[in-house]
Amino acid sequence: MGGDDVGAALAAGRDDVVTAEEVWEALAEIPDPEIPVISVVDLGVVRDVRVEAEHVHVEFTPTFLGCPALELMRDAMASRIAELGAEPEVEVVLDDSWSTDRITPEGREKLRAAGFAPPTPRDAGDHRSLVQLQSNGFRCPYCGSRETALENIFGPTPCRSLRYCRDCKQPFEQFKTI
Amino acid sequence: MSELLLEIADDELIIGWRDSEWTGIAPFLEEDVAFSSIAQNEVGHARALYELAARDLGTTADELAFDREPSEYRCSELVELRLPEWERTIARHVLYEQADAERLEQLKASDDPELAGLAAKIDREEVYHRLHAEMWHERLKDEPRYVEALEELRPLIGKRNGHTPELTSLWEEMTSVRRSQPAGTTW
Repeated sequence: MGGDDVGAALAAGRDDVVTAEEVWEALAEIPDPEIPVISVVDLGVVRDVRVEAEHVHVEFTPTFLGCPALELMRDAMASRIAELGAEPEVEVVLDDSWSTDRITPEGREKLRAAGFAPPTPRDAGDHRSLVQLQSNGFRCPYCGSRETALENIFGPTPCRSLRYCRDCKQPFEQFKTI
Repeated sequence: MSELLLEIADDELIIGWRDSEWTGIAPFLEEDVAFSSIAQNEVGHARALYELAARDLGTTADELAFDREPSEYRCSELVELRLPEWERTIARHVLYEQADAERLEQLKASDDPELAGLAAKIDREEVYHRLHAEMWHERLKDEPRYVEALEELRPLIGKRNGHTPELTSLWEEMTSVRRSQPAGTTW
């Protein structure tokens, strides 16, 4: 029975119009519509890519449920896959599998370089406490100082808070930990 | 199950609508931003919950959100009221976020893995709504007008039988664009 399975998989593989690696590479070129310095792959919202003959199935997890970029990302992924000559199926998965810990190390560096403080890791402290958010300890992406203050829990999009660096006097956006 | 989903989705849609009424006119800019963000999150939660209910009921999220009559909504009276006074808005925010947190804890333990997963995802965002409510509660807790507002609004949380006239005016405004177009128009 095992032998039959191997044979079937290889036969299916020969008919695939693209490889999963090629799809991942193509998706890595799609910018986040609201923070275009990082890609949807950096953001960790692409959970799975499966290729079956001409069909490419992508599982996509939204970041924030009310994020208006959701449809844009889904449509951009579908049209990029179509450009590869495949039939796209982008499935939006509304489970709890995305957290800010899914942002890749490369994605975090790109955020920092663009002036967005990346989210603190979920196990780094209690982000559910107001005392914690109001304390210093969040690092300024410009000068690296931890002498920063919470200005507003909410910012220009649901995923960001506003902070102010007391050392370099620079306001900056802090990605929320969720 | 779809009854429960509609109850929560209606709460989230209507509180989101009421929160959005502060956009541009909150006492200071930070609160314009905060209430606009919270409104955006709540409407996003409503959409996801309506989508889950719509699958069971053989309809669509938009039809559930906008094509029912006001009397068919299952939301709490607490979320229906138009509250132009800041202390009453904050009192409702505090009461609603507490009640919503308790409800989400129960849903996260649901036997239905899809509902439990969605509730956990929603709760990640609600953490920040609760922090915002907590911050304002700390500021206002000794203010008599705020304490009175808490007492006035607290009994409304569980009231879901019948609606206030304010839901009808909200509904007329909320659905006006959709009702101005022929049925089946896509957006």
